Amino acid sequence: MWKLLKYLKSYRKESILAPLFKMLEATFELLIPIVMKNMVDTGIANRDTGYIVKMCLLMVLLGLIGFACSITAQYFAARAATGFAAKLRQELYRHIQSLSYREFDRIGTSTMITRMTSDINQIQTGVNLVLRLFLRSPFIVFGAMIMAFTLDVKSALIFVVTIPLLSVVVFGVMLASIPLYRKVQEALDKVVTLTRWNLNGVRVIRAFCREEAEQKEFEKENGALNHLQIVAGRVTAVMNPLTCVIVNGAIAAILWFGGTQVNIGVYETGTVIALVNYMSQILTELVKLANLIITVTKAVACGNRVQAIFEMENGLAEAEYISESEAENRSESPAVQFRHVTLTYQNAGMPSLYDIDFTAKRGQTIGIIGGTGSGKTSVVNLIPRFYDATEGEVLVDGKNVKENNPLRDLRAKIGVVPQKAVLFAGTIRDNMCWGKKDATDEEIWQALRLAQAAEFVEKKEGGLDFAITQGGRNLSGGQRQRLTIARALVKQLEILILDDSASALDYATDAALRESLKHLPGNPTVFIVSQRTSSLQSADCILVMEDGHMVGKGTHEELLKSCDIYREIHHAQFPEEGVKVS
Amino acid sequence: MNGKKEKKNGQAAVMKKILHSIAPYRLTVIVSIIMAAASVLFTLYLPILSGQAIDYIIGYNDVDFDAILRIIRNMIFAIAGAALSQWIMNIANNRITYRVIRDMREAAFRKIEVLPLGYLDSNSTGNIVSRVVADVDQFADGLLMGFSQLFTGVITIAGTLFFLFRADVGIALVVVLITPVSLFAAAFVAKRTYSMFLQQSATRGEQTALIDEMIGNQKVVQAFGYEDESLSRFTEINERLRDCSLKATFFSSITNPTTRFVNSLVYTGVGLTGALTVISGGITVGTLTCLLSYANQYTKPFNEISGVVTELQNAIACAERIYKLIDEVPEVPDAEDAVELGKTSTAENMSESGKTTVAEGAKKANKTVAVQKVTNMRKNSSAEYEKNEVEAIGKNATTGEVVLDHVAFSYVPEKPLIENLNLSVRPGQRIAIVGPTGCGKTTMINLLMRFYDVNAGSIRVDGEDIRHIARHSLRSNYGMVLQDTWLKPGTVRENIKLGKPDATDEEMIAAAKAAHAHSFIERLPEGYDTVVTEDGDGLSQGQKQLLCITRVMLDLPPMLILDEATSSIDTRTEQRIQRAFAKMMAGRTSFIIAHRLSTIRDADVILVMRDGHIIEQGRHEELLEKGGFYAELYMSQLRRA
Repeated sequence: MWKLLKYLKSYRKESILAPLFKMLEATFELLIPIVMKNMVDTGIANRDTGYIVKMCLLMVLLGLIGFACSITAQYFAARAATGFAAKLRQELYRHIQSLSYREFDRIGTSTMITRMTSDINQIQTGVNLVLRLFLRSPFIVFGAMIMAFTLDVKSALIFVVTIPLLSVVVFGVMLASIPLYRKVQEALDKVVTLTRWNLNGVRVIRAFCREEAEQKEFEKENGALNHLQIVAGRVTAVMNPLTCVIVNGAIAAILWFGGTQVNIGVYETGTVIALVNYMSQILTELVKLANLIITVTKAVACGNRVQAIFEMENGLAEAEYISESEAENRSESPAVQFRHVTLTYQNAGMPSLYDIDFTAKRGQTIGIIGGTGSGKTSVVNLIPRFYDATEGEVLVDGKNVKENNPLRDLRAKIGVVPQKAVLFAGTIRDNMCWGKKDATDEEIWQALRLAQAAEFVEKKEGGLDFAITQGGRNLSGGQRQRLTIARALVKQLEILILDDSASALDYATDAALRESLKHLPGNPTVFIVSQRTSSLQSADCILVMEDGHMVGKGTHEELLKSCDIYREIHHAQFPEEGVKVS
Repeated sequence: MNGKKEKKNGQAAVMKKILHSIAPYRLTVIVSIIMAAASVLFTLYLPILSGQAIDYIIGYNDVDFDAILRIIRNMIFAIAGAALSQWIMNIANNRITYRVIRDMREAAFRKIEVLPLGYLDSNSTGNIVSRVVADVDQFADGLLMGFSQLFTGVITIAGTLFFLFRADVGIALVVVLITPVSLFAAAFVAKRTYSMFLQQSATRGEQTALIDEMIGNQKVVQAFGYEDESLSRFTEINERLRDCSLKATFFSSITNPTTRFVNSLVYTGVGLTGALTVISGGITVGTLTCLLSYANQYTKPFNEISGVVTELQNAIACAERIYKLIDEVPEVPDAEDAVELGKTSTAENMSESGKTTVAEGAKKANKTVAVQKVTNMRKNSSAEYEKNEVEAIGKNATTGEVVLDHVAFSYVPEKPLIENLNLSVRPGQRIAIVGPTGCGKTTMINLLMRFYDVNAGSIRVDGEDIRHIARHSLRSNYGMVLQDTWLKPGTVRENIKLGKPDATDEEMIAAAKAAHAHSFIERLPEGYDTVVTEDGDGLSQGQKQLLCITRVMLDLPPMLILDEATSSIDTRTEQRIQRAFAKMMAGRTSFIIAHRLSTIRDADVILVMRDGHIIEQGRHEELLEKGGFYAELYMSQLRRA
């Protein structure tokens, strides 16, 4: 939590001024009784109406100054807190963006979202309160103790005992409840996960008539959250009564001890009154504090959760060495080269890829085919370095992908069309500009034509300005896929990766698409992952995957002769031809 | 101004709803109020006791220790009373607050389950999540503070007011006349800040939507090197949020200093009138001191209440957003006389838990004679169903006859999508739907499943308009596998048993084997207990599809909808699955959308769709002979082979 405070730095001025003005205000407040005392002692005693009025005006003036100070303090506190939260969100967002696929696989999206929103909101409220009020309390508590010492050292010892006791209560409650509030936020994560699933998977849930069951599950998780909240609340509920007992006990002690002191003539009754007053002042202050402690405790628990994300580092290690061999003549080196690559995902029992070795020359089209879960996607995921190879190396332009620093340079020349066609809320143009920020309409149309998407985009209302809803829900599956392909083509590419991205296209569109891919501007190296041998027939080289192993490599004709699995796949799809060939 | 009035009314309406939400806990509220009163009384009594004690400490050698001891004993009782009542009050307040927000979250969730898909399709997930999470949280904070400070504050004011009037009526009147000023000030600020808080919540919702979209699709963001863009879009909203958050926080925090300033005016006023009264001989200096300290006591709760008022503003603004979701118009409920189609095992589960509004219609329908037969039959058949599914279908009331009669539909009124669609499906027929992307295939599924209602015409199952069939009953008669795979965050086992939670592991494994998913599941680190994350990471798209197919295999309903269900699965596995499906599809009406002609070829009827119309219809051979659009499609595929 405390490490997060560095984001308060740019608001240093505000975070110092806010408590300062708060204390000024408190000081002016403390002056008022003295003025009143003067009014009574001098004004009333002398029956001087003019003096009384003057003193009253002075009090109004002090009130005004206090008011001004307080508003200033509130302003600075609000500025610091909101500014801090904004900065924190910004940095956290930036940090999350820098995390690799690995970390995302590990912790999941929902908790990131809760931390970015709910947790930071709690921290913001906490910081605001601390700046405004939290510093005031110790100021008054210790101030009261010091004043007690000026009155009588022996009696002040009661304060010396009381204050640590109170600190034990305050900090004890905080320490006990921080882990509880962390659990509360964790339970909240689960509620968020369920809510998101119910929103995104609504079709499945309704088709399976799961509404009741989901509702029950939600009630269970929500009940668990509720239970934790009540338990945490029970712990903090102890604080107020305990301080009440301690402080009032101390007052009783003062009365008794003060009585004995007055009896033997050490000091007079007035001192006892003053001591009692100081003790009650502490009580008032702590009662105020107790109401805030929940907020502050929550903020600390949330802060720790946010900090945990900050501590998470990008799992892709920096390059350890520069491979000398290809370093010089990069322009002549092959576009992509896999050298004995093995890949084991985190927490996975066994490797997903075993000893993959192949070379793709510039401008070549490489097909990848194989059974479900055979590792096709894993192969292409290594090229833009979404994951790092566990063993062996992946070279792009003769350079180990790990040496690309920043990673963005590498990814800038690679266009990826993922299996899942993801579009974002915004216009078609907005989505197309993902690959190239300043793409002109002409470039976009060019890409749309290449992706066989121009025709339906033209028909959409507003053309490029057609508004896509979140996730592209207002488009059909095939339309989404073609737009994601076009999005990749807007970019100036050296390598294009199509990860089974034509699966929702009908054959005619698929054929037209493949035809246009042959004539891409800039002649990029193309990787096509597909289930259909027909999609790969014209590829320069086809890799056949089976359970993470590469079991075949060659052209369509070569593989038909040499590779059993390939032949099987092909004939499964074209039974008539199978008869002919064999 | 009209707008202002509306806002005020809106706020009042929200308050009413909040009170309504609290109503079930009124007993706890009463306990809380009583305890608040008790704790205030004890806390006010304690200073009086210590004052009395001080009166016994008169001076050197003149201290009455017996009396002090007696008073201290009383003090101990008072302390215990105060502490106990405070503690009970705190617990009660906690309970009320958290129970209320639990109810609210449940209500919001329940609403999500019955919202029309049109609403969910057009509202971003993030925004709805923000309401269920962030807004409810903020509301809880406000509610808790309100409970813990409002009551004690009000009671303290009443108590001191009583003492004040007893001391001096004239000065008490001065106090009573000035204090409303502070209330007015608080009300003035509160009114202004309400809209600011509302805006803050709305901006938060907007930001959550962006976060949900960007972080949720982080992989695409990274693949496109879109990080900077995404960050700058985030920054833009973040800065707006910071600004409106600053406004809301600052302006709301003005209330407290303002009331405090007004209070110091009260104090000065009491001092001035008091001093003048003393000079004219009305009261003694001692009474003045007493009055001044009461004035202090009296004004303090105003500070606290004014602090709470702003917190409450925020809470109400958040509550308004939550209630807006809760009060959203749900799907048209099932008709009163909605019937239930005969169904086997899942229907059994359903009627057990069929307490909701959705199933209510169905329950009523149960009473009608026509369905009575079905219920009996269902009981008999559920056991046999496991043994021989095909036979069970025969006994089922749902024959699987589907008729689309002059159906018209569009998502947006201005843009007609499906017009005058007619189709008659005999029980057990296999219907394949082909056509260029975007021709309305998926829309047809939306209509068959009644995710959306037709605009004109009707869809009938077993001769019954589906709008007269309980949704649960209709949907559980369909097994659906879609191109988009949605996996539930949880284990593989939970995902497979989604439609049939009480299935045994043997049944589950049998289904997985039929779907050819068993072998890959076995190879996962924890087998069937492997946890699938929300995005299904670690599984390939094809494996996810296999899991979705297993889901349906486990609990095979009388009718099937397969929308590109095997698009990411390799051809060999697909064919094996097809064979498994074919065996199970015997006697089952099925709708299949696929581009692979191998799937389509054997269909009883192939529908060729284009722009929302069926342009060709017939068997594979017939269509080829016809030489139309289908033949063209087919040839374009063959040409490459």
